[in-house]
Amino acid sequence: MSRPRVFLVDDHALFRAGVRAELGEAVEVVGEADDVDPAVELIGERQPDVVLLDVHLPSGGGQAVVEAVKVEHPEVRFLALSVSDAPEDVIAVIRAGARGYVTKTISGHELVDAVERVAAGDAVFSPRLAGFVLDAFATDPAMARGIRPSFDPELDQLTQREREVLRLIARGYAYKEVASELSISVKTVESHVSAVLRKLQLSSRHQLTRWASDRRLL
Amino acid sequence: MGEAGTGCDHGWIDPSNSSDPWWADSGASAGPDSWRQFGRDVKRQARQVRREYLHARHRARGEQPSEPTQPSSPSSPYRYGGHPPWMGGHRHHLGPLRRSRDHRMMGGVAGGVADWIHVDPTLVRIGFVLAGIFSGFGVALYLVAWMVIPAEGETSSMAGRVLHDWRGIALALSLVPVVVVSFVVGSALGDGWLAGVVTPLCVAAGGLVLVWRNVGDEERQLVARMMRPLARLGLTGSGSWRSLALRLAVGVVLAAGGVVLLLLHSDRALLRPLGGVALVVAGAVVAFGPWWLHVARDLVDERQARALAEERADMAARVHDSVLQTLALIQRRADQPQQVVKLARAQERELRSWLFDRRAPASAGEDDQMLADAIRRIERDVEEIHEVPVETVVVGDCELDDDLRALVAAGREATVNAAKWSGAASVSVFAEVEPAQVSLYVRDRGMGFDPDAVDPDRRGLAESVRGRMARHGGTAEVHSSRGNGTEVVLRMARRVPAEEEPKAR
Repeated sequence: MSRPRVFLVDDHALFRAGVRAELGEAVEVVGEADDVDPAVELIGERQPDVVLLDVHLPSGGGQAVVEAVKVEHPEVRFLALSVSDAPEDVIAVIRAGARGYVTKTISGHELVDAVERVAAGDAVFSPRLAGFVLDAFATDPAMARGIRPSFDPELDQLTQREREVLRLIARGYAYKEVASELSISVKTVESHVSAVLRKLQLSSRHQLTRWASDRRLL
Repeated sequence: MGEAGTGCDHGWIDPSNSSDPWWADSGASAGPDSWRQFGRDVKRQARQVRREYLHARHRARGEQPSEPTQPSSPSSPYRYGGHPPWMGGHRHHLGPLRRSRDHRMMGGVAGGVADWIHVDPTLVRIGFVLAGIFSGFGVALYLVAWMVIPAEGETSSMAGRVLHDWRGIALALSLVPVVVVSFVVGSALGDGWLAGVVTPLCVAAGGLVLVWRNVGDEERQLVARMMRPLARLGLTGSGSWRSLALRLAVGVVLAAGGVVLLLLHSDRALLRPLGGVALVVAGAVVAFGPWWLHVARDLVDERQARALAEERADMAARVHDSVLQTLALIQRRADQPQQVVKLARAQERELRSWLFDRRAPASAGEDDQMLADAIRRIERDVEEIHEVPVETVVVGDCELDDDLRALVAAGREATVNAAKWSGAASVSVFAEVEPAQVSLYVRDRGMGFDPDAVDPDRRGLAESVRGRMARHGGTAEVHSSRGNGTEVVLRMARRVPAEEEPKAR
């Protein structure tokens, strides 16, 4: 596979420079932007494979970029990158269409790995995102009552296997380690994670918002 | 800790089960001396800043400085409820009766009483007004209460201060000769009229002197401000002269008409007095209505401004305590990258938890009530003491009981060991609360070890973690192999499944 073409969106020039340095020669950085409007314009122009997107931007959340770009260029993939601990921001970007979320404390090598994964169409879950998702989809009967199911009820819950995969990721396991722990292939792990991502994005489960508001996040 | 593995040693008392922070000792001794000194520096500076801030704030509010009060109960519900007590979010719930600052229309008596007995201030106000209209008793009661009840934040009442204000009393007593003279002159003229007027005037004047000398600074300013528009009524703007004169004239005419109606004796005893009262009230409203409106608006403005100022002061203090302090320390220690990284990380964590979780970091020595807080504390402590980043993920939350405290303690031990011995760049901690059990995973990607050939330190870890868990009915597994890091898996059944778990104590 050729080097993925990467675009950086972050309002801190220092941080963009740092990411550029960490990514090094493994990817081709085709541009960067520091806010929503220039990002949307430049991404449309350069058409990168992967956009590394800060969850917080001066004039709005990262989801504004995802939503604007998606209209004309659905093939561009997004990976959210943030220090933010606030689950509702992260979930919002994911639901807008980002393919994963990693924290800014990630090492350069892991970041390259994540970029390649997203470029290949897979989902990237950091331990923290896995924790958020497990929390959001917690099987709490008290919570599940009164929730209108999605058009496809399967979207509203995780399978046992998906739960196991997420749990291992939350424990700090890499995909490869998850695969060997569960005696399945890395491909299968990836497909489980992608399925979880799809549920996260498509579920009309109000639980997601309910969960956030329960934690006084909204 | 020498005995082997089953962990079912109920009779054996683990010294680490004492209430002392057993981990702190080992941690401190592991750090270099300079680091401990540094920690002490930070704490001392933080204390100093806090003290200065409290004094400044109390000065601003016209109060005596006092040490910050601890929350009255350890489980005080500020976890999700705004600010902790020291940030100003705390109000006495059934403390001493105080005149209220926040619900003040006049002296804050009604507001204070309302706060005290937990009812709407408006109800109490209506009570006072009704009592005042029907007997005058309400007015007297209100004035006495104003004198006798200290204002919020004050320790003494106005009456109490009057009793010690000898100069004020002397001033008031200096009016006694005037009264005596008026009596003498009055009796000489054979007419009680003069004394009848002078006596109440003198009593009122003496009372006013005493009140004015002893009322709190804040209330004096308040009264002065309330009086200012009244004074302006007759002095300002040429354009308003005519309307003012007109208004006063109408008011006086209405009031006079009312008085006349009241004084006229008549057969229709009911209708006239009622009409008279209505006219007097109307006159008062016409004459003083604008002033009263002005005062009311002023009071509201003042209240909002005070709330805003307090909020801003809290914010400033928070930023000063944390961010500015850290930046200053980082500048001073720019040549020690390890410590700079640690400081930055600790500060980031604290700020994040404040901004996103809306809770203040629990102060040292305070017992965590919830699992998620306890896990976060492990992260913070281990990062601070051992300089290894800890990534924690917590799914769900529940209250801690004794068993879960043991789980947390074992998890802390495992984390500390991973940070100390594994050589890994970071440690992952994952906690999950399920209806029936709580699981805790501590994973590192360090050197790992061969479980069959462990060195004494490693076995110490295994035994202390396993033993601790077993004594509380939990399980501990340690997975490790050379080169692949170590994972410790701890599980503890929950005593009371589901939500309505009673407090552990």
